[in-house]
Amino acid sequence: MKKQILTLLNALAVFAAFLLLWQGLDLLLHLPPYMLPSPAAVGRAVLARFPSLVASLAITSEEAAGGLAASIVVGLLIGLLFAQSRWIRRMLYPYTILLQTVPIVAVAPLILMWAGPGTLSVTLVAFIICLAPIIANATQGLISVEPNLIHLFLMHNASRWQILTRLRLPHAVPSLFVGIRIAAGISVIGAITGELFAGSSRVGEGGLGYSILYASAQLQTDYLFALVLAATVLGFAFFFLVMFLEWYFLHNWHESARTTAEE
Amino acid sequence: MLGTTAGEACMVTLSGVSKRYGSTTVLQQIDLAIVQGEFVSLIGPSGCGKSTLLKLISGLTNASEGSILVEGRAPVQARKTISYIFQDATLLPWRTVTRNVGLGLELEHVDSKTRKAKVQSLLELVGLSHVARAFPRQLSGGMKMRVSVARALATTPRLLLMDEPFGALDEMTRDRLNEELLRLRAEQNWTAVFVTHSVAEAVFLSTRIIVLAPSPGRIAQEISITLPFPRSRVTRESPEFESLVTTVSRALRGVHSA
Repeated sequence: MKKQILTLLNALAVFAAFLLLWQGLDLLLHLPPYMLPSPAAVGRAVLARFPSLVASLAITSEEAAGGLAASIVVGLLIGLLFAQSRWIRRMLYPYTILLQTVPIVAVAPLILMWAGPGTLSVTLVAFIICLAPIIANATQGLISVEPNLIHLFLMHNASRWQILTRLRLPHAVPSLFVGIRIAAGISVIGAITGELFAGSSRVGEGGLGYSILYASAQLQTDYLFALVLAATVLGFAFFFLVMFLEWYFLHNWHESARTTAEE
Repeated sequence: MLGTTAGEACMVTLSGVSKRYGSTTVLQQIDLAIVQGEFVSLIGPSGCGKSTLLKLISGLTNASEGSILVEGRAPVQARKTISYIFQDATLLPWRTVTRNVGLGLELEHVDSKTRKAKVQSLLELVGLSHVARAFPRQLSGGMKMRVSVARALATTPRLLLMDEPFGALDEMTRDRLNEELLRLRAEQNWTAVFVTHSVAEAVFLSTRIIVLAPSPGRIAQEISITLPFPRSRVTRESPEFESLVTTVSRALRGVHSA
């Protein structure tokens, strides 16, 4: 615990030094505020436009969380399908790689065309970008069960359902969390990317990505910085939430969760 | 103490059993009858098909030729009477010791009240009550194996198949677990088929040792172990024990050089 506090203090000290350096640079060079606003200016922008900043943050979080949640459900279902036979995996797995390699920025306009501007399109973009790591890790977890454990279950006349619910699924949880952790980080990126295209169905009200476009067009660089900051905070929040859930579910029995919790 | 009280009822019968994987013959023409109450050890060099033999008796794999009966039924039909103990403890890491021991009962739809009582009495029997709520990762190798044994016994098997269960343990732990295994056998009266690499372990535990020869796997020699029960540390120091170890070792050497 002491060590953790020390780490936190270190990080805060670095951040404070960084802010000081930035503010000092601004005082020395007198850059126009639309090029590089001072931290103080960014701070003022945050305070002045706090309600709209929070509104944007809320929209983006909703879209990212929605996409992530949908990708967990769908990815796990696809993983369950893939776990049924090697034959199915061989046939369908290449398409999940396709899912990963197709540039999302190229597909986003298409999605916008099909689903219309607004939240649904953005959530879909986040969902698509999150899906591949969930499928890959869920499948891996479901099929990597030790053969002798399967034998053990068979010796007790276990049904396919019992093997799935009492062996394969719990065994897949740590691996699934690896996928969720990766997906959580990129879900925010996905949502913001989606917003750059799909924006909002109402002018002036939208998520972080939409507001970033808006602010940059208006040369409100101080607010733009505030939005970027908010996006970063959101990414962190997602990451830590997943870390916490992972610890909560796994700390009793799984090595990876235990070491992160005890260090 | 041996099968005599049960009237020599046949537990396992293999007749003319062969097993091939592709063009390799793993086991050839095995004839073997195991009577109720026997403790039979299978010993032999690697590649002699000891583990395959256990898999055949459990029905986890099918014979290419010949017939296998467990209590007069096909192995798969007899699974309710069989428990299998693997080389590694094969515990579910997300379950506590209690819930691991209760796994077999749970899979066989035994109601939770009966299960709890059964698990509790078994944990006492194998001396694990103090770690009932612990998770497997908190246990030593020997403890994990004990949980594995308890889990196998929870379903009250009449036939216990063990595939080198103590092979990964240090010698002191192994000796102690061997003694415990015999104590449990005396109380519960199951029949055992035990695969091992250790001659001393085989002699200590068994009523009969079957020496297998490799490529293709076949029965080379059967040695009856007449040491009296109960066996203990004293048994290991007796001259009879020594001479049996020598006999089995010689048989094993003969198989190796062949």
